[in-house]
Amino acid sequence: MGTTETGILSGRLTPVEYEKNFSDLHPPLDEHEALVAADRCYFCHDAPCMTACPTSIDIPLFIRQISTGNPVGSANTIFDQNILGGMCARVCPTETLCEEACVRNEAERRPVEIGRLQRYATDIALHDNIQFYERAAPTGKSIAVIGAGPAGLACAHGLAVSGHDVIIYDAREKAGGLNEYGIAAYKSVDGFAQREVDYVLSIGGIDIRNRQMLGRDFSLSDLLAKHDAVFLGLGLAGVNALRAEGEAAEGVEDAVDFIASLRQSETRSDIPVGRRVVVLGGGMTAIDAAVQAKLLGAEEVTICYRRGKEHMNASEFEQDLAAAKGVSIRHWLQPRRILSRDGKAAGIELDYTTIEDDRLVTTGETGVIVADQILKAIGQSFDPEGLGIISLQSGRIVVDQEGRTSLDGVWAGGDCVFGGEDLTVSAVAMGRDAAASINRALAAVTQPAIAVA
Amino acid sequence: MADLRNNFVGIKSPNPFWLASAPPTDKAYNVERAFKAGWGGVVWKTLGEEGPPVVNVNGPRYGAIWGADRRLLGLNNIELITDRDLYTNLREMKQVKMNWPDRALIASIMVPCEENAWKSILPLVEETGADGIELNFGCPHGMSERGMGAAVGQVPEYIEMVVRWCKQYTRMPVITKLTPNIADIRKPARAAKSGGTDAVSLINTINSITSVNLDTFSPEPSIDGKGSHGGYCGPAVKPIALNMVAEIARDPETHGLPISGIGGVTTWRDAAEFLVLGAGNVQVCTAAMTYGFKIVQEMITGLSDWMDAKGHRSLDDICGRAVPNVSDWQYLNLNYIAKAHIDQDACIKCGRCHIACEDTSHQAITQFVDGIRHFEVMEDECVGCNLCVNVCPVQDCITMIGLEPGTLDERTGKVVDPNYANWTTHPNNPMARQAAE
Repeated sequence: MGTTETGILSGRLTPVEYEKNFSDLHPPLDEHEALVAADRCYFCHDAPCMTACPTSIDIPLFIRQISTGNPVGSANTIFDQNILGGMCARVCPTETLCEEACVRNEAERRPVEIGRLQRYATDIALHDNIQFYERAAPTGKSIAVIGAGPAGLACAHGLAVSGHDVIIYDAREKAGGLNEYGIAAYKSVDGFAQREVDYVLSIGGIDIRNRQMLGRDFSLSDLLAKHDAVFLGLGLAGVNALRAEGEAAEGVEDAVDFIASLRQSETRSDIPVGRRVVVLGGGMTAIDAAVQAKLLGAEEVTICYRRGKEHMNASEFEQDLAAAKGVSIRHWLQPRRILSRDGKAAGIELDYTTIEDDRLVTTGETGVIVADQILKAIGQSFDPEGLGIISLQSGRIVVDQEGRTSLDGVWAGGDCVFGGEDLTVSAVAMGRDAAASINRALAAVTQPAIAVA
Repeated sequence: MADLRNNFVGIKSPNPFWLASAPPTDKAYNVERAFKAGWGGVVWKTLGEEGPPVVNVNGPRYGAIWGADRRLLGLNNIELITDRDLYTNLREMKQVKMNWPDRALIASIMVPCEENAWKSILPLVEETGADGIELNFGCPHGMSERGMGAAVGQVPEYIEMVVRWCKQYTRMPVITKLTPNIADIRKPARAAKSGGTDAVSLINTINSITSVNLDTFSPEPSIDGKGSHGGYCGPAVKPIALNMVAEIARDPETHGLPISGIGGVTTWRDAAEFLVLGAGNVQVCTAAMTYGFKIVQEMITGLSDWMDAKGHRSLDDICGRAVPNVSDWQYLNLNYIAKAHIDQDACIKCGRCHIACEDTSHQAITQFVDGIRHFEVMEDECVGCNLCVNVCPVQDCITMIGLEPGTLDERTGKVVDPNYANWTTHPNNPMARQAAE
């Protein structure tokens, strides 16, 4: 079965092709490559890359440690700021963060490969299971963390280091959140997400309870009664509706589900894909879905985005990656109607759009793209089920600088909070900082400040 | 097209680039390849006296230090003089000289410090047709323990004595190779001149331990767990060599004594710097050992192109041109005032100039201006030290600009004096005050 048979079919490729298509997007640097790459770092003062990193990793220092033959010390520097530095090295849009800020761009339009160097150092620490942290003496405090994604894991690790006991409640089969279910397969190969979860948990004192969903299996008040504090690291369970006619047709799916199923597949040959796939959206999810559809053997994959290239949330690098893999990206097209035959998607009719008076409007022209599979990547929404009286804004949880919600004893971080950046690395920063805040709050309770004259 | 022909104490070569006495010149095979590549001359690897040759270690002979991208900056060696039979070397030298009559072929010699030893070897060398001899008074390792090499070079009286013997027993020009492992390089140079040497060549290698293996605690290169100090060479030693060459060139007692410049010559620029500081030609080793003989092509074309661009027609036009500008500190013009200037278009905002100045110097470079990352020299704090220029990764981004006489130095609040004035007459100099009183 090749790529040209119509319908949503699995096994379009040979095993060898699947293996090749879903291998590491950026192969790891070997020692020589790492030394050459590290040599390019200028060890800037108050380095712009460090400022650009949401977790403020001391990038010049960790790169210098690599260049002096101390990759383990380098990993320590990384993990001090970001315990999920291994995954961030793989999935961070470095081209819009640290590497965009690198002064080498000014000098020769090519940044130091910070992301790959970070992976080099953290891979060594994980491979050899080198642990840098010891738990403080037990405090006897117990904290509930809801969600075992990047925010929850970072928070749990920080709390465990401080000597608290942590129970993580997670709704899914496996821990990791989007690291496990939401990232393109070629960015996290060889079960890295689970290896990283194991590495983080090996600090001890963290108990994960899977298949436990807030509002279904327990309530927030249950947790507040049992624990000294609660951290909400919830993901975005809802998917925005297309609001286009015919959305119920067979073959119209959520891109996040498509991506998750790919990640849970061993061989990818069991994942069905259309012959002609249309992906709706302009963010990273759209790119991840489109590229992987192509890699699964779809003959044509088209991303349709209702605004211009400059408005896409997907980075330039990701857009180029999609183009390089043979994905067409079309702009100024908005879904109008799903066309179907015998209940199955057969195409999509789109309105051409433009901006008038700062508003997106349709021009009156329409077009049709033939498609047997349509993947929706038009945004996810937070489902506040079970949060009770906690304040929300635009449907997400309001937190202060330290991650405190409006409810005493409850902190939050990651995608579920208002004003976040929808990045793994930002979620880690929020989880880490909330852990510090929780620790301070609990310490203040147990050790009242003593006035010193 | 500049004329690169070189006449060094009567020894003629098509260009001033010679290979130094070292591993690359140990046998005919290598030297033939060097001449094919374009080298103007070679100093054959040092010959020892007749009899069983010396032996080398059978483990590593070289240690090194590297810069970014593992660029070799400094090389250290513990190899001795030639470990081949004297007559094999002499036979090959004769053949090579016959094959390449237009190239310079110099015999490096190291025999015990006895008149008879020198007297016996010189006719053998002369018979090869070699253009001259170089006395190896430099090697700091191995041979020096046997009273040769640097052991001679560190005692000016011995140098003078051996040079005198050589001048007595051969008609060949004598080049005396000096060791840098000495406090004042002018002393051995003066001794060589007193002995009648035709020229000096310097520097030989510097005593060194390049690194220590932190697993075994053995110095590198490690021979079965032990290391010995070796001779250090390569780009890292060039500044030391340049200074020693200049010291001899400007010493009234040795001024005018021909010098063959050695020490870290890697590019045409290095060679030109040796020449203008008083060397009559240069000898190269590490660069060839790093990149192969072909690098001489870069040196020849680079030197020639630079001379053409500057209108220098022959080596005589450039040799020694910088010597009058080498001065003692006390005569430097204290009324010359320079300030660093940062080209904002070239600046990549790495901040290294700022932190170097802030942490270790004069707090004269901003980090933020109006809250924006911006590196700019504060002229009222800048002492013109040049550190920022040296740590900046972008060439010509930071430059030193001399203040015009009559303008205000914002740091001192004084107007720049057009007159030359140095420490010898400065009011803060107690010696100057004494003189005035």
